Amino acid sequence: MKEKIEFELNGKKVNVELDKSQTLLWVLRTYFNLTGTKYGCGEGYCGACTVLINNEAVRSCATKMGEVAGKSVVTIEGLAKGDVLHPVQKAFVEHDALQCGYCTPGMIMNAVGLLNQNPNPSREDIIWGMEDNLCRCGAHNRIIDAIQTAAGEINGGK
Amino acid sequence: MKPEEINRYYFSDVNSPPGVNRRDFLKKLGGGIIIVFSFSAYTVVNGCLQKKEEEEAGDVPEFNAYLRVKEDGTVDCYSGKIEMGQGINTSLSQILADELEVPFESINMIMGETSLVPYDAGTWGSMTTRFHDPLIRAAAAEAREVLKELASEKLQIPVSELKAQDGKIISINNPKKNISYAKLTIGKKIVKGLGEKIPLKKPGEFKVIGKPFFRRDAVEKVTGVAKYTADVKIDGMLYARIVRPPAHGSTLIFADTSEAESMEGVEIFREEDFIVVLHSDPEAAMLAADKVKAEWKIPDAKADDETIFEHIKRTAVDTNVRYKGGDLKKGKKESAIIVEEEYHDGYKAHASIETHAATAVYNNEKLTIYASSQTPFGTRQAISERYSIPLENVLIKQIYIGGGFGGKIYDQQAREAARIAIKKEGTPIQLMWNRQEEFMYDMFRPAAVVKVGAGMDKTGKLNYWNFEIFCAGDRGTELFYDIPNHQTTVSDGPEVHPFGTGAWRAPGNPSTTFARESHIDIMASKINMDPLEFRLKNMNNQRALNSLQLAAKSFDWNKELPEGHGKGIAVGEDAGTLVTVMVEVKVDKSSGQVQVIRAVVGQDMGQVINPQGTIIQAEGCVNMGLGYTLSEDVEFNWKTVKSKNFDDYQITHFSTVPETIETVLADAMDQPPQGGGEPAIICMGAAVANAVFDACGARVFRMPVTPERVLAALA
Repeated sequence: MKEKIEFELNGKKVNVELDKSQTLLWVLRTYFNLTGTKYGCGEGYCGACTVLINNEAVRSCATKMGEVAGKSVVTIEGLAKGDVLHPVQKAFVEHDALQCGYCTPGMIMNAVGLLNQNPNPSREDIIWGMEDNLCRCGAHNRIIDAIQTAAGEINGGK
Repeated sequence: MKPEEINRYYFSDVNSPPGVNRRDFLKKLGGGIIIVFSFSAYTVVNGCLQKKEEEEAGDVPEFNAYLRVKEDGTVDCYSGKIEMGQGINTSLSQILADELEVPFESINMIMGETSLVPYDAGTWGSMTTRFHDPLIRAAAAEAREVLKELASEKLQIPVSELKAQDGKIISINNPKKNISYAKLTIGKKIVKGLGEKIPLKKPGEFKVIGKPFFRRDAVEKVTGVAKYTADVKIDGMLYARIVRPPAHGSTLIFADTSEAESMEGVEIFREEDFIVVLHSDPEAAMLAADKVKAEWKIPDAKADDETIFEHIKRTAVDTNVRYKGGDLKKGKKESAIIVEEEYHDGYKAHASIETHAATAVYNNEKLTIYASSQTPFGTRQAISERYSIPLENVLIKQIYIGGGFGGKIYDQQAREAARIAIKKEGTPIQLMWNRQEEFMYDMFRPAAVVKVGAGMDKTGKLNYWNFEIFCAGDRGTELFYDIPNHQTTVSDGPEVHPFGTGAWRAPGNPSTTFARESHIDIMASKINMDPLEFRLKNMNNQRALNSLQLAAKSFDWNKELPEGHGKGIAVGEDAGTLVTVMVEVKVDKSSGQVQVIRAVVGQDMGQVINPQGTIIQAEGCVNMGLGYTLSEDVEFNWKTVKSKNFDDYQITHFSTVPETIETVLADAMDQPPQGGGEPAIICMGAAVANAVFDACGARVFRMPVTPERVLAALA
């Protein structure tokens, strides 16, 4: 049954007429044309669909619209401020921490979520915080380094 | 080029690019200076381009790529190659910028779109840098010379007193006298083929080639702007979901689509057992497809993931001798020490994070398809033939590819989307496979068996080598060890595999390298010789030695390791590159768990265009390779694939990767460039297996090297 669902999306109040059981991933991609959030596995194993809900990294493929109502959602498209990249995005570019780029939005959103919870993570914290985000091209080491750099920049800026 | 042809090339050593069809693009081109060239028209001998005899005739040159210096001074390069993360967009731009003396930023690569670029056989086999680069450089040099001639006329200065620099032609004696490429090009249309003698820059003169460049597409990719196939949205588009059988080769007994059909907005498209659910909402299409009741008859099982190796030896009986020297019987008889073993490797999935996807629309007898494809021209041809649409009416649009690794050559999803779109004329159709479909219809890396018999004298000098490959091809199997009596055979058969198999990053080579390099280690251990020393003693290939010595130095091979740690070597050849990987591992003897601590890659790959891109490819090879080495194995019962998602098919995670990966490259800038995207991956299996043996004495003969297999080998 369709009903009105209100939430905040990339800083703006939005509302949609949808069934509460619809999945955030497909709603973002289909109704908001926010295609930076990717489908990879549909069951929460790969992390390509990761977004922030109330600042926490969440798998959008396993999130129903009913859970999103009244909350704040940030996707990869909402991370940069105009042309100014978020420190994590910037660090990914600087470390060349991507190849095909398909897992990259999910990696970045998961990393931002990780840094929100733990602003000063050790290498070990990063590994285990990123463990279930999969990259097939093998950019892992560079991604770890990029997250460390971004953490440094965020902390230095405070 | 058809998939079977590609596979034939792919599983063997490709030493020249496949032939091309002539496409006449000249009339379509705008103004500027245009240099056309063909990858098949030239061979690269000792670093110099040489024109093939058969291409001499005719005044309009055959070509399958061209570059154009435009009237604003920027440069477009049109190539049928595609960018899938490997970074050729960047490295090809570097070559052009250097030879043409223009800023890197002024190069625009137009790649893979069938209506814009001339024919190309596809992006695979590490062929771009080996065969594309020398020609692109030559074309750039040719364009530079044309610009000099034009400038000579304008400035009234002889060509010999002019040089190209920074997008201008400049008088050597009086730099104030100069003219920009833009000014020289305005109002002109000059079309030329490659000349006979093209003055290429010498390695010492390079300004851009050999310098590290970061990838050009990073900002698009970190902001979510980069569009992949399933990100395409066209007004009125319907999302398709195909009702799939539980196993390959199944026959449909009955299907009831009535419940799905009763759902709001659902359309069913059916041709016999091809049942498709369409909806304007992708999730609604999925839910409706689940409501289709279908019963299938699945074929009787012949083998599963455990019995497949016996099945392979029974059915892969079409045997060919690929390399041979001396006398096997004599070599065996003369050898004081003989070891015979058998090595196994299971099926592997490509498992790109982007699943196969295609967006297709058929309008006014024209079919346009966005497809994540490594072979846009092959797919165009297949679809044109299958649905009787003239070739020029099938357009394959190129778009970012979320990983290929050989898996996006076959394009079943594009054929499926085309089939639906043609019947639903005017309605755009998007088909994105889900992960289960990806694990079913992948063209898997084939399971393989390699039987190895080797013999040597008491000092460790090899004298006998009998290498019998089943289902892994002969790519990279020419010996770089000096073994007087040797033979390499390849056996295969048409009905061996229960499902589709195909090219997987460096096809066959990970399986055969695992066998060869494990066996070399076993030989060394029989006489208690250090495996590095044993290889140095028996190796007869200078470039292999270069890679081995570079790696050994960086790795500090003789350094003492902590208790429970071990080190391993593997050497291999792929796509003209000689590569050594050394790893240090830690093995937990109670659980059998293997952790790789560090890895060093030593590579002799000839001229290096972009060291940054090369290093990143090597790192990718190490990390992706650890998946097939330690955990990846497709589970199946004959035609039923049991691996369905990333929970039961474990690719590399963050905790799997070594803390450091170091890549060292041989200084060979005066040599022709060789492949860089695939080589290091071939060594991972043996390097790790050899390190596990060094750490705890467990010799594992089957990949992946799982904790269970390590424990079993210890028992």
